Amino acid sequence: MKKVIERSMIVPNMHLLVIEAPEIASKVRPGQFVIVRGGDESERIPLSIADYDAEKGTISIVFMEVGASTAVLARLNAGDAVATCVGPLGNATSIDTFGDVLLVGGCYGIGSLYPVAKELKAKGNKVSVVLEARSSYLIYWLNKYVPLVEKVYTITRDGSLGQKGHISRLPDVIHGMPRKPDRIIVNGCTYLMAHTSEVTKDLDIPVVVNLNPIMIDGTGMCGVCRVTVAGQMKFACVDGPEFDGHDIDWKEFLARRKAYVTEEALFFRRSDAHAHNEGKCAWHE
Amino acid sequence: MNEEKTQEKTSKIDLNRRDMPRQSPEMRRNNFDEVALGYTEELARLEASRCLQCKKPRCVTGCPVEIDIPGFIGCITKGDFKGGIKKLKEKNCLPAVSGRVCPQESQCESKCILGNKKAEIAIGRLERFLADWEAAQGKVDLPPRAKPTGKKVAVVGSGPAGLTVAGDLILLGHEVTIFEALHKAGGVLVYGIPEFRLPKAIVQREVDYLKALGVKVFTDFVVGKTRSIDEILEEFDAVFVGTGAGLPWFMNIPGENLNGVYSANEYLTRMNLMKGYMYPKSTTPVKKHVKVAVVGGGNVAMDSARTALRMGAAESHIVYRRSHAELPARAEEAENAEEEGVIFDLLTLPLAYIGDENGWVKEIECIQMELGEPDASGRRTPVEKKGSNFRMQTDAVVCAIGNSPNPLVPATTPGLDTTKRGTLVADPETGKTTRDRVWAGGDIVTGAATVILAMGAGRKAARAIHEFLTTGKQ
Repeated sequence: MKKVIERSMIVPNMHLLVIEAPEIASKVRPGQFVIVRGGDESERIPLSIADYDAEKGTISIVFMEVGASTAVLARLNAGDAVATCVGPLGNATSIDTFGDVLLVGGCYGIGSLYPVAKELKAKGNKVSVVLEARSSYLIYWLNKYVPLVEKVYTITRDGSLGQKGHISRLPDVIHGMPRKPDRIIVNGCTYLMAHTSEVTKDLDIPVVVNLNPIMIDGTGMCGVCRVTVAGQMKFACVDGPEFDGHDIDWKEFLARRKAYVTEEALFFRRSDAHAHNEGKCAWHE
Repeated sequence: MNEEKTQEKTSKIDLNRRDMPRQSPEMRRNNFDEVALGYTEELARLEASRCLQCKKPRCVTGCPVEIDIPGFIGCITKGDFKGGIKKLKEKNCLPAVSGRVCPQESQCESKCILGNKKAEIAIGRLERFLADWEAAQGKVDLPPRAKPTGKKVAVVGSGPAGLTVAGDLILLGHEVTIFEALHKAGGVLVYGIPEFRLPKAIVQREVDYLKALGVKVFTDFVVGKTRSIDEILEEFDAVFVGTGAGLPWFMNIPGENLNGVYSANEYLTRMNLMKGYMYPKSTTPVKKHVKVAVVGGGNVAMDSARTALRMGAAESHIVYRRSHAELPARAEEAENAEEEGVIFDLLTLPLAYIGDENGWVKEIECIQMELGEPDASGRRTPVEKKGSNFRMQTDAVVCAIGNSPNPLVPATTPGLDTTKRGTLVADPETGKTTRDRVWAGGDIVTGAATVILAMGAGRKAARAIHEFLTTGKQ
């Protein structure tokens, strides 16, 4: 059991969860994740760590409410506890002096790239960020990024902030930059990472992704998180989650990511545990 | 004259090995309750009374932890169950577990003199009887603990090896702390072996017993990640590594990453640890599969195939490349599986998995095998029969072909040497690793083996750690 210090919705459907976990906070490096179980009967889900404070002994997680397990987490309040929060798991994002680094974040990845940006900057890199969302009101932590990095670019589907369109417009952003980045690091939903890898293929820039597959134990035991990287079977939990985006078999990865979509929906139909689920929830449609 | 005498003696020997009541196959294939129901007191005493109480008991030589087998059986015959469990626990702190999952037919029972008449004493069933009898009394007697030594031992992993080390060292007066990566203690006993073979309440009882003795248990703590062995050594006098064989093997054939292809670890963990059979009450999702093919022939394969039936699969198959005689599973488990309706596709090797347009497995490309010359292990090597390829329809595959040792501890502990297979280098007599103050035992040293061998290794390591803590010798 670990204590919840704070839980708040930062933009619609996107939540910040601060957990008291001094052992994890003193050990974690950017790009690592924890496995969290909201309640005693809950699924174990991997969540990227968005920030941490070793002195206060806390870690922060940004997550989107998408299914049964995140619904439990989204209803926690300060003073509650999570049944499990274990980590830090996975290998940290490689931090070195690369030169110009472009971070691409969407969804929870806007959060989990923040410590990456801090560490890269401390290493003397020139860090810029592209934040992607459907609309301006879904972009968060601008106040944290603007003072930290060289420049913050935004891409919104409806054009309400920055470049209008999808992440496939990323090459336009890159062409408009004063210097071509030496490295791109992408965190966020699978589509964002897959598309970024796709549209940067011809740009001759290394693209590093932080994979987010389904996991159970997160220590190599179950093998759910296997992914084909450059033709080889890898386990994202112990071999990753950082991989070269151009080497991933994205079609396979997307299919594996969606393995339980039907069951997730079923859970919401059957569940009477959530007050918001009285015939109004989108999952009913 | 002589012949007459022998005959007379033999006729007094009861050759009727008592069966243990079990749930009927029709019933049990629809529930997760334990299959074997255990001896009644009467059956246990009848079975125990058949024991010849040999002067030089061969059964003991077949036991990896050298239990005084005639000793505890003698107690049962007399109805002294309290004395029996005491005798049992002198050598084995987890009798309820080993009484259920030990391969007795290839260990103690295989040495029993009555085996010559195919009527060996049912040692495992008697062991289980005593452990269950004690639990049913409601109050477990806590053995006396030695005076506190002030020495601290960290045990990494709470499977059979770790639990044994903890149980031995706490009684010797040391402070013991167990670190477990998952949210429940018990290791393979809780995530791997299904409820119907080893009820989780039994494992919990053993863990609670250790806690009552004073063992501290930290779950959700991944040694190698949350803390390294080096950091633990700063706080503890000695460390035992029992992290098990937790990295599933795959066959490196096409289609293994299709949806619906599981490692046995995943499949069983979803069902056991995450209580998939209670879905959607427990929220770890599980798929309803119609036809499940389990690749492999060991106990884990049998567990998976039998679990599939209980989850409602219309057909559950074992796909194994050798013949029935070579099945590595316990005879009893293969028999249970057959009775429940598991179909055995023997001498069959999967070559590739074929998926549908959504990335779900729909067929297995297989080839038939025949047995050739015996290999180094003495088993006949399966050879492909040319041109015998065929396709098997299925909507799920469980790959149960074994595990390599979990790499987290070796990878994060400098100076802890591993073999080519990834197992830890350790002295077979003491479990001492190549690192100062670090011992190891169980599957992390031997590669995937049995619960009782892990317990035996834990016992040896505990002895060596105790010697180090009291004399400084290691």
